[in-house]
Amino acid sequence: MENFHQYDVIVVGGGGAGLMAAMYASRTAKTAVISKLYPVRSHTGAAQGGIGAALGNLEEDRPEWHTFDTVKGSDYLGDQDAIEFMCNEAVQAVYDLEHMGLPFSRTADGRIAQRPFGGHTNNVTGKPVRRSCYAADRTGHMILQTLYQQCIKNQIVFYDEFQAMDVLIRDGKVAGVVAVELATGELHVFQAKAVVIATGGHGRMWEITSNAYAYTGDGAAIVARRGIPLEDMEFFQFHPTGIYKLGILITEAVRGEGGILFNGKGERFMEKYAPRIKDLASRDVVSRAMYLETRAGNDVNGQRFFYLDVTPETVNKYAELDGRTRPDGTPYRVTAEEIRSKIPDITDFCVTYLGIDPTREPIPVQPTAHYAMGGIPTNKFGEVVIDSQNTVLPGLYAAGEVACVSVHGANRLGTNSLVDLIVFGKHSGLRAAEYALGADFTPLPDDPTGYVREQIDRLRTGSGKERAAQIGRELRSTMFDLVGVFRTEEGLTQAMEKIQELRARFREVRVADSGKVFNMELMQTWELGNLLDLALVTTRSALERRESRGAHARDDFPARDDVNWLKHTLAWLEGDSVKLDYKPVVITRYQPKERTY
Amino acid sequence: MQVKLRVFRFDPEKDQKPRYDTFIMNVDPNDRVLDLLEYVKADFDPSLALRRSCAHGVCGSDAMRVNGRNYLACKVLVKNLNADTITVEPLLGLRVIKDLIVDMGPFFENYRSVLPYLINDEPLPADGKERLQTPEQQMRFEETTKCILCAACTTSCPSFWADDRYVGPAAIVNAHRFIFDSRDRGAEKRLNILNEQIGVWRCRTAFNCTEACPRDIHITQAIAEVKKAIITGKVE
Repeated sequence: MENFHQYDVIVVGGGGAGLMAAMYASRTAKTAVISKLYPVRSHTGAAQGGIGAALGNLEEDRPEWHTFDTVKGSDYLGDQDAIEFMCNEAVQAVYDLEHMGLPFSRTADGRIAQRPFGGHTNNVTGKPVRRSCYAADRTGHMILQTLYQQCIKNQIVFYDEFQAMDVLIRDGKVAGVVAVELATGELHVFQAKAVVIATGGHGRMWEITSNAYAYTGDGAAIVARRGIPLEDMEFFQFHPTGIYKLGILITEAVRGEGGILFNGKGERFMEKYAPRIKDLASRDVVSRAMYLETRAGNDVNGQRFFYLDVTPETVNKYAELDGRTRPDGTPYRVTAEEIRSKIPDITDFCVTYLGIDPTREPIPVQPTAHYAMGGIPTNKFGEVVIDSQNTVLPGLYAAGEVACVSVHGANRLGTNSLVDLIVFGKHSGLRAAEYALGADFTPLPDDPTGYVREQIDRLRTGSGKERAAQIGRELRSTMFDLVGVFRTEEGLTQAMEKIQELRARFREVRVADSGKVFNMELMQTWELGNLLDLALVTTRSALERRESRGAHARDDFPARDDVNWLKHTLAWLEGDSVKLDYKPVVITRYQPKERTY
Repeated sequence: MQVKLRVFRFDPEKDQKPRYDTFIMNVDPNDRVLDLLEYVKADFDPSLALRRSCAHGVCGSDAMRVNGRNYLACKVLVKNLNADTITVEPLLGLRVIKDLIVDMGPFFENYRSVLPYLINDEPLPADGKERLQTPEQQMRFEETTKCILCAACTTSCPSFWADDRYVGPAAIVNAHRFIFDSRDRGAEKRLNILNEQIGVWRCRTAFNCTEACPRDIHITQAIAEVKKAIITGKVE
């Protein structure tokens, strides 16, 4: 067979989780990475503010506190065994990154620098704690670069610009992956004993998003079409500080360094919603506060945005009011120069896209679709589990944003995405290699590329009555208006109807470009199909969950309901419908209680 | 405002030679050039091929020539160009595959040739914690850690145009990032590589690279520091 390859382990996706998985799997197993982008283009590189780990370099901190903060941040939907595992592993994971050469910012005594971040607290005082380990405001960039460098050093095999389009499963076991080589349009079959899915998130279904164009949920959609459920898809994080209209992320580190949010009346509105940690409350809390302020007419000029003010005058004024001190006990005061040195990339974004200097003028911000808490269900070893009994599908693994372990539950804390992809990327790679060494290749199905060819043929032979670009636009505005920060029964029902309409219209699309070389029209139309599948699953899961928890806020069911809804959603895509089931949350040490900041 | 967008087109499966397509469109002066290309794909011609991902200047996918100069298409706004005709072309010095997509193979090969990873086989600190590095030591190489491997510098370099075996500015920047890292022990190897015929001496200090860098890295200076280290045998 032409274009046939055989590996013990295939990793799909070249971001942080995929590179970690590949590095660890390749120690003992023949491994390759398939990535639709050059790995250094992956969205891990856009992460800014830091990676959370209780190193305690500047003040007392403990992994148990990180664990509790994450449990609380998840609104008690995170699985506590997995969270505890992650937060304990985080400390060594950060040291490992440093040993690989990651250029962390440093404290005066040469240790890894740490800063406060939303929802991370000293559990005794309840005050923000310096837990986020950072490299200026480009921590994700440095993680991605460092891991890619290590992959070069360790001679990892890459298939760059190969789009995975299908996972082959036979007799309940993984058999391989089918991918298209973008430069030639040729299909390739990768037979593999184990496959690690690490393809990232799907924020591109929302109109205002911090996510890259590449974030079209390919991995989640591929496995969903193969009968694997998706977990907790109704939980999607809206980050409160995206640049107005553009959605570009302004890291929480800006507030960690002392930035304050103001409404249109010039009020520090977070005092009302999180009296103790104010501007550093969890992201869901801040995004909801913005929505409520907008509804009360307190947004700026009635235009649904707010100001994030990190000018030294404002930072110093509120640091004094809050009694904020430096690690040595002196009052916290900053200069414009210090602010610029802590957030150089943010300063650059503001200058480039807004024409303002953030040390002189406030930044206009609004909530932006940011992170998928839901995804492919796994256990804490990265093994994909396919039902409410947590039955493992042999040979299939998932890690990073595409996976739902679940460590983020209903709302992810800032910095924990990077912790997640390092810890679970590593462990999924180790597990996949271990499994592969004891397993035989599963025979490929008779026509391994059949399903992919069928999908491509459909896109090439539609009636052409509909245009993909228009369907994409309508999907994004529907999701942003009706499946956004706040949801209602009526809005979700309307969204379901609209998504079904769009799915029907999508079948009338025809890709005009018949070429094989870099046929980006074909690929991007296929990606839109992935988003349409995941939008259906997301909206259906959200409609059913009649409570408010973390990022899923229902106007019509404003309270959390632990009696009926302290459980994970499992959603199976079945053609144009979705089948739902639920599984219990793992609770070990922390009984659910009211969540206030 | 109305702009005339001229886009370089070449389809290897159909075209003998490249052409330029022209699109007249109403745009916001704050639109990114990338937004204009996305409008073309959405409303005029979906077959236009380009690479793009993050759309805010951190992933390095969409380096291209805009009105004759290298930019990231997502980091240059219409109003920055002060022109009502905007011409978009692929990077120079790398083979055009289709439309705005060039063959990045030689670029990444040059990058890999300078051993772009930390080299240090000494034992780790006994407590298992981080190696210490002062803020001053970290700042010594911080600037060159910002590189996103977009190739805007290398493909603006006349020496690279003349001979693509020249490792080019991006590879030297990434060598610099390790040579001046106090934790690294591979400086000598890298300096030897860069002292060869296809290394730093091909740099004629044209400063094109520094001007092209979307991350504002002072590339020419970084190259000069590497040259100095080779000459003096000292990494300072």
